[in-house]
Amino acid sequence: MGNDDKKKTRAPRVPMLERRPEDRVRDFGEVPLGYSPEQVKLEAVRCLGCKNKPCKGGCPVGIDCAGFVKRVSEGDFTGAIKLVKEKNILPAVTGRVCPQTEQCEGSCILGKKGDPLGIGFIERFVADWEREHGEVLPDKAPASGRSVGVVGSGPSGLTVAADMILLGHEVTIYEALHEAGGVLIYGIPEFRLPKDIVAAQINSLRRLGVVIKVNQVIGSTLTIDELLTIHDVVFIGVGAGAPAFMGIPGENLIGVFSANEYLTRSNLMRAYRFPEWDTPMNPGKRVAVIGGGNVAMDAARTALRLGAEEISIIYRRSREEMPARAEEIRHAGEEGIVMRLLKAPKRILADSSGHVAGIELLDMVLADADAYGRRRPIPKEGSEHILEVDTVIVAIGGHPNPTIARTTPGLDVDGRGYLVVDRETMSTSKARVYAGGDIAGWGANVIKAMGDGRIAAGAMHEFLTREKKD
Amino acid sequence: MAKIVEKSVLAPEIFLMKVKEGLIASKRKAGQFVILRISSKGERIPLTIVDSDKESGTITIVFQVVGKTTHLLSLMNVGDEIPDLAGPLGKPTEIEKFGNVAVVGGGIGIAVAYPIAKAMKEAGNRVISILGARTGQLLVLKKEVTAVSDETILTTDDGSLGLAGFVTESLKTILDTRSIDQVVAIGPVPMMRAVSELTRPYGVKTIVSLNPIMVDGTGMCGACRVMVGGGIRFACVDGPEFDGHEVDFGDLSLRLTAYREYEKTSFDLCQAAGTKT
Repeated sequence: MGNDDKKKTRAPRVPMLERRPEDRVRDFGEVPLGYSPEQVKLEAVRCLGCKNKPCKGGCPVGIDCAGFVKRVSEGDFTGAIKLVKEKNILPAVTGRVCPQTEQCEGSCILGKKGDPLGIGFIERFVADWEREHGEVLPDKAPASGRSVGVVGSGPSGLTVAADMILLGHEVTIYEALHEAGGVLIYGIPEFRLPKDIVAAQINSLRRLGVVIKVNQVIGSTLTIDELLTIHDVVFIGVGAGAPAFMGIPGENLIGVFSANEYLTRSNLMRAYRFPEWDTPMNPGKRVAVIGGGNVAMDAARTALRLGAEEISIIYRRSREEMPARAEEIRHAGEEGIVMRLLKAPKRILADSSGHVAGIELLDMVLADADAYGRRRPIPKEGSEHILEVDTVIVAIGGHPNPTIARTTPGLDVDGRGYLVVDRETMSTSKARVYAGGDIAGWGANVIKAMGDGRIAAGAMHEFLTREKKD
Repeated sequence: MAKIVEKSVLAPEIFLMKVKEGLIASKRKAGQFVILRISSKGERIPLTIVDSDKESGTITIVFQVVGKTTHLLSLMNVGDEIPDLAGPLGKPTEIEKFGNVAVVGGGIGIAVAYPIAKAMKEAGNRVISILGARTGQLLVLKKEVTAVSDETILTTDDGSLGLAGFVTESLKTILDTRSIDQVVAIGPVPMMRAVSELTRPYGVKTIVSLNPIMVDGTGMCGACRVMVGGGIRFACVDGPEFDGHEVDFGDLSLRLTAYREYEKTSFDLCQAAGTKT
């Protein structure tokens, strides 16, 4: 039979149906349509069942991918979701937004000669299946009498909350905005991550007993020191939400947004439904988005759905260096968003009323790779040219918000304002305070933030258990 | 949820409300603000905390009806609840004993200037308050300001109350005749700009409180960015108070116009709906 195995041409990945670009750009509905039970089983049987499970090793939270895929191939969807949820409480989210090509699927042996197993697609299926067929609530440990304060309700905070509540501790989440979910709500758009899915995952935490308090700006409403008088341990997962700007002339003109502002107006404040909803926005007609990450893709595709006619992504390196997920880059391209690569903005031009009229760009060339393997872009002299736009969205990342560091004595930050943590435990310089996700200084994404939360929860639990015995 | 426990009309279209929010009341310092949202589809708007009472756990806000949210807020009554109230936000005013402090408040800016005058007085400063408005009726909180000031000068554009003329004229007289250690100026952008230009040659530090458009108000969106000393600062977390000699007021004025048409549409629609019912 060994011979057969060698001869067998491996089946390609079962494609997931997607809405056609010309249809999907008209609304905020989700683009991929999900697998049917038949499709998911067909895809799952492609798994080679490697003994050493490289997929599991590729996952920042160590999901037993091959394990749950095997259950799916046997039609045991309940068993599959149980296994996923041992490690990941937000599978409907991560199945949609994880950079699988760099993680589980990037480690898949099938990928060496063809398509890697569609682990993200399968994860998404079992999570959606669970939502439609009744939730599998994990068992809680007996009450410990200890209490955890979680600052921020994004991916890292939600993970800490889930882990700690299951371990028997009381958990209260403090969220600054009026709606829980952090970047999953204000940042990632509906067409990529439907908000009712996020709400369902957050509601399952509530059902487990997690208390969520909104409108609590920690550092102001309550300080970390005050939280430490209420809770035995505190986890800070507030993200690095302060948007960065480029520092070029014209950045304050009307029509220049941070991606955070553009997406917050649209996602959290539903400005696309103005005037029924109060918050307005002018999405622009000719839009330039600066940056090459997922946020840039999200902003560009949001602009398109809000009625923009010509949208460019301006990125200073080439497509290979773009940090966005491969699927997002593909989707943006299919929808007609123009990638203007190897270009960097020099200044933003105004019309006579102070509105954006254009953006001056410089062509770039990539230098040889440096010691870190990164190819630095260098401007080509005399290559200035103007792109006529009425809207510029700056999507070049963020900085830590200074509010907590400013009001918390004993909490060390690095030169850029990120909290200094011990990576083994995610503990900060301050006793009983832990941190993770973007505020702890990783160029994080949703699943890495969850990975940090997982480590922190483990360390906090150990601390609480040890302290109790002492 | 924050319950409205007191409401009064200070002037036409200017309202004062006391709202029960014990935690914010116990925390808030002069110069800070809250973000509130009054319905499930509402916008988030910043309002300065004018005063607080730790014992009763209330904060005081003062607002002028300028758009949909302030209009709807003005229709709310004692017993009603504001669904979302977050704060205190922004950096508190830097209060210390400077010596002679001139506090200049223009229009609704008087409501922002009042807690600063009060805190300056409590810190042992000699406080000279100069309040200005278009007409006497709009000179709000004059009793309260007078009570915390060593001296209060009232000015109106139409001369209906106090001196006829602008606050800058009164401030200039004071700068020319006495030694002033710090000026705090809060009001419309042209007034803060004029005061800053006036004090610059005197070399008197001048603090202004800026009111750019905000979305989240917690440091996340950058909508409230202002140019201060040539660099971008966020009014919500780095301010709202800055050194008036460093602020680019032209940039601020321009950015305040960004949503004017939308604001008008929204306000008109809600007023039209209001008259129908």
